[in-house]
Amino acid sequence: MTATATTTSVSLGVRDVHLAFGANRVLRGADLDVAFGATACVIGPSGSGKSTLLRTINRLIEPDSGDVLLDGRSVLRDDPDALRQRIGMVFQQFNLFPHMSVLRNITLALRKLKKLSEDEAVQLARAQLDLVGLAAKADSRPAHLSGGQQQRVAIARALALQPQIMLFDEATSALDPELVKGVLALMADLSAGGMTMVVVTHEMGFARSVADTVAFMDHGVVLEAGEPAAIFEAPEHPRLRRFLSQVL
Amino acid sequence: MDPLSTLWETFFDTDSMREALPEMLTVGLPNTLILAVSAALLGSLLGMLLAIAGISRTRWLRWPARVYTDVFRGLPAAATILLIGVGLAPLGMEIWGPNPYPLGILALSLIAAAYIGEIFRAGIQSVEVAQLEGARALGFSWGEAMRLVIVPQGVRRVLPAWVNQLIALIKDSSLVYFLGLLASQRELFRIGQDYAANTGNQSALLLAGLFYLALTVPLTHAVNWIDRRLRQGRTVTVHPDDDGGPAALAGESALPRPNPTRKDPR
Repeated sequence: MTATATTTSVSLGVRDVHLAFGANRVLRGADLDVAFGATACVIGPSGSGKSTLLRTINRLIEPDSGDVLLDGRSVLRDDPDALRQRIGMVFQQFNLFPHMSVLRNITLALRKLKKLSEDEAVQLARAQLDLVGLAAKADSRPAHLSGGQQQRVAIARALALQPQIMLFDEATSALDPELVKGVLALMADLSAGGMTMVVVTHEMGFARSVADTVAFMDHGVVLEAGEPAAIFEAPEHPRLRRFLSQVL
Repeated sequence: MDPLSTLWETFFDTDSMREALPEMLTVGLPNTLILAVSAALLGSLLGMLLAIAGISRTRWLRWPARVYTDVFRGLPAAATILLIGVGLAPLGMEIWGPNPYPLGILALSLIAAAYIGEIFRAGIQSVEVAQLEGARALGFSWGEAMRLVIVPQGVRRVLPAWVNQLIALIKDSSLVYFLGLLASQRELFRIGQDYAANTGNQSALLLAGLFYLALTVPLTHAVNWIDRRLRQGRTVTVHPDDDGGPAALAGESALPRPNPTRKDPR
């Protein structure tokens, strides 16, 4: 715990974000609010712009217009590389670096970006691996791990940088069913620990039990957002109702 | 003498070979290695620059890289070596005096760079975009992500093709003799040829050939070995999940507590 206790979460605001790839208008004025330390789950059909919205938050994709606020301050003029160090991201396909050991995957950014010494980086990485239950895999290559283990390493890698907010892009969608639980448990734990999180997911059970806010996206906008109980028990928008009737 | 034994003596005259051997070992082999290795280093360096320029979004980098590659891959090696060696001789004179050797290395490097650049470019482009995204998401700049994550993976994937290029380079180094080397600068081929010309017996040239094979055949096998290792590296058996799953994570909360003053308990 000592190695990671220094982080402070932030609140997140996404305001009227628009983005088009050519004629394809992927985001058409998306809004999202996540309170300090809260977890928001973003649900919606494929192609609704969920993953793209996530990428505009850490500016892997720059929005055409709109604003992204951390603790109420716009980050669109910040140095994007520095911004991304404050925002952890976990991908569907893990995106671990296959040519490096698990440990090296975690220490790379600590050494090169946080400028920690080799010893400090290794110590911190081992502590982080221990927290996700994979201390024994430090010297393995990612390919030798199961999908669930790889995703936990990816989460550890993001957490090692002590992010103020974590983004999850369908983190369990590529996993075999029996491996999903372990990763979701880890995410729930992180959420309970007070990390601000935006979770794009198809896991409705997770959204219902862990999220403070559930946002339903379709055609590039957040159509409806609210507490899980309201979204799942009393959905208002017809498209949300239709979506829920199909996935539940 | 019957034709067969004439043939035998033309190529396998041990006395001729023995006579040429010391110079092959002390002069020819070192020179061939110096030419090939230094051209490999310089060619790989230039090749990497060409590869990066070739995938650049800037047309003013991409375009010259394309033209360079087309020209130096399209010309016969002998023509390039002569053009560089003779054409740049006045310039070379200014820099290192009347010595064709560095120009030979330069010409070999420029040729190798065109091929190696294409090899590296193919390797780099084969790395999934997700890797770049993963690195950028951690906060690495484009340059850092390329240097630390993308290029190492890309180069690894094309290592066999790169070693093939080294083999070609070793063989092409025999063309540098065009430039008129000093006695002490002669590489394997030139020494073999000189002995053959002086004696009318081809055995020394055959000996040079054996030296080339001694260098290239092990490299060929190294390629196969690297290739096999890379392949096996990719199809690793994935262990059935000894994950532990939620059980391992239950108990006391396993995770960092960025902010203990959390909202309502669940």
